[in-house]
Amino acid sequence: MKFVDEYNDPAAAARLSAAIGALVRRPWTIMEVCGGQTHTILRSGLEALLPPEVTLVHGPGCPVCVTPVGLIDKAVEIARDPRVMFCSFGDMLRVPGSGASLLEAKAAGADVRIVYSPLDAVALAKAHPERQVVFFAVGFETTAPANAMAVWTAAREGVENFSVLVAHVLVPPAMEAILGSPDCRVNGFLAAGHVCTVMGYREYEPIAAQYKVPIVVTGFEPVDLLEGVYMTVAQLESGRAEVENQYARSVRREGNRPAQACVAEIFEVSRREWRGIGEIPESGLRLTAKYRRFDAEERFAVAGVGGREPEECLAGLVLQGLVKPDACPAFRTRCTPERPLGAPMVSSEGACAAYYRYGRPDLSGARAR
Amino acid sequence: MCLAVPGRVVEISPEPDPALRRAKVDFAGVRKDVSLAFTPDVLVGEYVLVHVGFALTVIDEAEARRVFDTLREMGELEELNAAEELP
Amino acid sequence: MADLTCPVLAPADDRILLGHGGGGRLTQQLLERLFLPAFANAALEARHDGAVIEAGGARLAFSTDGYVVRPLVFPGGTIGDLAVNGTANDLAMCGARPLWLSAGFILEEGLAIGVLERIVASMRDAAAAAGMTLVTGDTKVVDRGKGDGVFITTAGVGLVEAPSAIGPAAVQPGDSILVSGDLGRHGVTILSVREGLEFEAPIETDCAPVWNAVDALLRAGIEVHCLRDLTRGGLASALCEIASARGLGIRIEDAAVPVGDLVRGACEILGLDPLYVACEGRFAAFVPAAQEEAALRVLSAVPVSSGAVRIGSVTTEHAGTVVARTRIGGSRVVDLFSGEQLPRIC
Repeated sequence: MKFVDEYNDPAAAARLSAAIGALVRRPWTIMEVCGGQTHTILRSGLEALLPPEVTLVHGPGCPVCVTPVGLIDKAVEIARDPRVMFCSFGDMLRVPGSGASLLEAKAAGADVRIVYSPLDAVALAKAHPERQVVFFAVGFETTAPANAMAVWTAAREGVENFSVLVAHVLVPPAMEAILGSPDCRVNGFLAAGHVCTVMGYREYEPIAAQYKVPIVVTGFEPVDLLEGVYMTVAQLESGRAEVENQYARSVRREGNRPAQACVAEIFEVSRREWRGIGEIPESGLRLTAKYRRFDAEERFAVAGVGGREPEECLAGLVLQGLVKPDACPAFRTRCTPERPLGAPMVSSEGACAAYYRYGRPDLSGARAR
Repeated sequence: MCLAVPGRVVEISPEPDPALRRAKVDFAGVRKDVSLAFTPDVLVGEYVLVHVGFALTVIDEAEARRVFDTLREMGELEELNAAEELP
Repeated sequence: MADLTCPVLAPADDRILLGHGGGGRLTQQLLERLFLPAFANAALEARHDGAVIEAGGARLAFSTDGYVVRPLVFPGGTIGDLAVNGTANDLAMCGARPLWLSAGFILEEGLAIGVLERIVASMRDAAAAAGMTLVTGDTKVVDRGKGDGVFITTAGVGLVEAPSAIGPAAVQPGDSILVSGDLGRHGVTILSVREGLEFEAPIETDCAPVWNAVDALLRAGIEVHCLRDLTRGGLASALCEIASARGLGIRIEDAAVPVGDLVRGACEILGLDPLYVACEGRFAAFVPAAQEEAALRVLSAVPVSSGAVRIGSVTTEHAGTVVARTRIGGSRVVDLFSGEQLPRIC
């Protein structure tokens, strides 16, 4: 596959690995904030190609994992309504709320459907005017334009039996929250390439300047990630703290304007709670007043369950990159993908799930150098 | 939520309103119908990055090659260094 | 570290989930906690695709399978020939020549007779191609809405021709692991119909009887230690089960695992991993390393296994676990996924 295969080339990977090894002098901790990148790192066994001085940690890059318990509970309650056809991306189905997950609600008779595109949910609403079709709008900025387009389409075509349960989160505020934490050990960031495809990377420039951390916009294939790490280490070793773009084949500094315009029409920035972290101001999206009638929370007036955050679950520390999943005492024992204690173990993008599936310390292979 | 896959635009629907324009995109022989609402200027034959049914950007082939040009330079540099180290 | 008491309740375990049928971890758990304890016996404990039983001096293989696929008709096949080949292949995986077949049909009220005719015709053709005779059957009808059109349960009996027992217990450290052809065609074909994917070149199920390939190995004197078809759960699940049952490690090379372009492209778009996608005419074979070349030669001469390649080997390291060497030279664990493989969006 073009634009995929070349970036999996072992020779290219080896060359970058050697270059990083030759460059590095001091230990550095680099965080990526994208479940897709976590997945690639673990699935390709990338860490075997990094020198021991470089530690990769995984940030709250999985929007599924950071969706608050209370919102999952609301989703389940809405799905149980017999009028409702509840549509969602596959990742969300297994995440436990305070009680059931959407998958369990489905097993008990709720009409829960997996869709690949939010427009599929709008199409279902058109085809079934007698039902209420609700779409679980979860995601980072990457998915916001598509979700916005779905609402816009529903509005334009008068599909009033469609609504969205909004759980959108924004990356830059999360990065600032992590950088602003007194426990922060992160020296540099790999910024999520597809988020930046939509948003560009201007908003990272003040962050790099204020916190003096290099931020490298990085793609998703192994060669991209290695080049991103190389560029970050190069900056760290030379004391620079700038925003650079490794993923230039997809990302431009100003991002995708039509996509941003669509998001701005339908959504506005709002406060948002992050599961395991707490509330981060101005870190989420909600529908603007003009489109508020499509808001499922208002349409279904769900009281929801209290949405208790598990105080002692380590998911929050994992999401902030302070703890690696395999350091959690429940990892692989009381917490498994079938019996997850927290969302990062359930979501296919979650750090805990990725470690469970692909990683074992004794198998990660000899580190480079 | 970042799984986006690169594919080649094979056919574009003759739709005057760019927000409604769609395309057939080819991913290694598999074809899917994709919205071009966010990439109004794309041409047949170009590659786009597709996420949940929408093209998010046109892939810049020159930039894509640059990664490998840089690697080639690194390789040449290595060979140079290795040559210099020979007795 | 503080003791964790997470107030997030454990998910309810009093109901069957779709994941229990996925062929992954939940299926294993259901087997281990419910079925195996109820019916405990040696044949069942062997946990192979079919059971080998002695009867009056003859060694018979006996197997059963249920078919619930939707859509009922798909490119290259129907639920009918899926059922026939599925059972024929389970018997072949025991080293047995498939001979006799039974079929139980659960039909939904309202099913078009024309559809049933097509399914039955495909079963007739598949049985003939597999060398099997349908000797007994049953039909029931359920109310509209209580079935998916047609459910079929088949059972099969075959005569074991392999000189020694074939199964996980016979696997040895150092054994070579071969795969009979490229992966994932069946699963992708089914999903493509459901998801409305179009293909530049038509993709079809790989559903086919594999006995000819097994027969060829046995006649060539290859010491076949284990065979496993790659149905529900795909190659990954088959290897995980064998590694776990035998208590040995398995090492595979990602780059060696054969996946066609169309399957690869479809999996990329749908967010699936080809290692876990079902095949209905493919198997993995464990043979002594010394016979690897001969086995591959034999397999490539048989049409159904013409794409046979070596993908890895059995090791005493990381016992019970399957590890893949990745394309870029790292390594990762190949695990059973937990329920249904839900397509990724991330």
